[in-house]
Amino acid sequence: MQKSLLLGDEAIAQAGIDAGMSGIYAYPGTPSTEITEYVRVSKEAKEKGVVASWCANEKTAAEAALGMSYAGKRTMTCMKHVGLNVAADVFLNASITGANGGILFVVADDPSMHSSQNEQDSRYYGKFAMIPVLEPSNQQEAYDMVHLGFELSEKYKIPVMLRITTRLAHSRSGVARKQSRKQNQFKLPENLRQFVLLPAIARKQYQGLLNNQPLFQKESEESEYNTYTPGEDKTLGIVACGLAYNYLMENYPDRKVPHPVVKICQYPLPHKHIDKLYEECEKILVLEEGYPIVEEMIKGFMDHGKPVTGRLDGAIPRAGELNPNIVGKALGFPQEKLAEIPSLVASRPPSLCKGCSHIDSFLGLNEALESYGQGRVFSDIGCYTLSALPPYESINTCVDMGASITMAKGAADAGMKPSVAVIGDSTFTHSGITGLLDAVNEKTNITVFILDNSTTGMTGGQPSSAYGKIEDICRGIGVEEEHIRVLKPLRKHHEENTRIMKEELEYDGVSVIIPRRECIQTLNKRMRQKFKEKEKAKAANKNA
Amino acid sequence: MKKDIILAGVGGQGILSIAATIGYAAVELGLYLKQAEVHGMSQRGGDVQSHLRLSSNEIASDLIPRGKADMIISVEPMESLRYLPYLGKEGWLITNTKPFINIPNYPDQEKVMQEIESQPRYVALDAEALADEAGSKKSANMVILGAASPFLDMDFEKLENAIRFIFGKKGEELVDINLKALRSGRKFAQENK
Repeated sequence: MQKSLLLGDEAIAQAGIDAGMSGIYAYPGTPSTEITEYVRVSKEAKEKGVVASWCANEKTAAEAALGMSYAGKRTMTCMKHVGLNVAADVFLNASITGANGGILFVVADDPSMHSSQNEQDSRYYGKFAMIPVLEPSNQQEAYDMVHLGFELSEKYKIPVMLRITTRLAHSRSGVARKQSRKQNQFKLPENLRQFVLLPAIARKQYQGLLNNQPLFQKESEESEYNTYTPGEDKTLGIVACGLAYNYLMENYPDRKVPHPVVKICQYPLPHKHIDKLYEECEKILVLEEGYPIVEEMIKGFMDHGKPVTGRLDGAIPRAGELNPNIVGKALGFPQEKLAEIPSLVASRPPSLCKGCSHIDSFLGLNEALESYGQGRVFSDIGCYTLSALPPYESINTCVDMGASITMAKGAADAGMKPSVAVIGDSTFTHSGITGLLDAVNEKTNITVFILDNSTTGMTGGQPSSAYGKIEDICRGIGVEEEHIRVLKPLRKHHEENTRIMKEELEYDGVSVIIPRRECIQTLNKRMRQKFKEKEKAKAANKNA
Repeated sequence: MKKDIILAGVGGQGILSIAATIGYAAVELGLYLKQAEVHGMSQRGGDVQSHLRLSSNEIASDLIPRGKADMIISVEPMESLRYLPYLGKEGWLITNTKPFINIPNYPDQEKVMQEIESQPRYVALDAEALADEAGSKKSANMVILGAASPFLDMDFEKLENAIRFIFGKKGEELVDINLKALRSGRKFAQENK
């Protein structure tokens, strides 16, 4: 079969379709977005009736996936690393309920924080939940491991984590597909109490998970993805996890490493290979993308054994993603002197698009707040976070999804006045509603801006769960009608908008301002689509 | 055969269509390919790059090691300089001279050009002007690709076929414009390298 050129994300999506997945649930987040995106536009997925949903947040997505697993079908839930924090409740408890149909938690970490607020390593979550974790080293393995993941999940009735990082998610390569497998039939769990985590049942279920640990271990020991390759020079033994294996091989153009190498792509960490490596080598180098979790485990708290080197002792930088040069240096290769970036090259940070509605919102907000001074705006995660940068410098926080409203509440309670929250429409329905309810219940003096561009902008314009519902939601949880103000953020309305903002900043209670204008990117896309259809119709008329 | 190429530009300038064209040709030639892209935040007007690796042997890393790239292909002059640490000793710098200015501290354009011209091997051309002549300013990407084509070690015909395939769905006219753009870039490079 001819290979398809796929992003790592796309390989996972295609594998899901081929492996008989019946549903995929997600909230967009870089670098995981393209998985669900791919299934949503796949003709094949549509023909097979695969459900592909953008959900309100990662928790609702993961729970829907668990429900599909309950009903006996194969399913996937995808998120970025920090998305797993949102879904952590269901994730950790799903390891206790176990699965019925195969269920994969696909988590895309972002070391170096290309598009994220931290670089947490999801393998810790996998260890926390005590479930098998798969970490492919390339696009083909990403494809193949989806199949493996579903098999493991159904064999042990347990959720499985597939962990990737940015470079694999967003890099393209040839992928050979497997034969397509039929979807599972609807089938209830054999034990109808399996998913009822009442203490008495949960204890039993948890014991089952504990009993399965040696079996997960055995799977890892025997996995074809965990390999030992001999090498003559035993002054050093190398453990390379996932993507790090490629950076290791890149340093040996003939692909022959003189040292023994253990490649790890499946967890729990396999003893067999690592014990052997430790026995025969003088020193161990651990290469892993993310936190030094494997290095810590091998080194141990007492660190009385052979030297183990990696991120912890500085052989590899403690933070940031790996690359071939970093690995080459750790291997002791002489480093060539590189050309430098000429000093005149200026940094070019991302910025709000020309014509973006947020620009008008922030120009208004800046002016409305002028008399109060700086430092009063709590914000959130989305395109509008870029307003922290010049020329706007409007916002003072960006922590986690939804934290704008709740932090503004806490600061208001501490006496800050005015206390302002700025949140996007999609982020509002993701995690903002409950915080607003807290503020309403206590009549806290905050002014909440819900910047409604009617899409999930930063990740490329996915539909927003908030679409057409924001005022109703605010009313429904008790925001006073006269303090829900909808604006059209356009330059020509600047004065009027600023006046309304000032009014609401002065109001002693919860007010919500909704500047509403469609994202310029989705608008352009829509216009192009419209134009295309018009042209098509014209051509059709001509032919007729 | 091995070609490691850094594609550079600003988010929204469409460097990925260059990658797609080379990629299509590479697959036709039965080469291995890896292409690391930038998605997410930086796409909003920030600096973006793509690592494109072609080889007759299997490729290990998705990222090109620093100091090993055979070529930097840039659709923006200042951005072409950002990736110099990646360029190998024998490498070529192919760049558009037309700046994309969306920051207040964009450096003096003459100085940018001096830096480019101080490189041992470079081709610098006003791709937008040539694209305009070809029929659409939007085909500047293909002018740049054309300028890079003499150094790709690939049959030129394969690139032409790739354009026919990629733009074919959008109509004959667009195919012709892009082919013209590709050829004019190639001609410039052959005369000015």
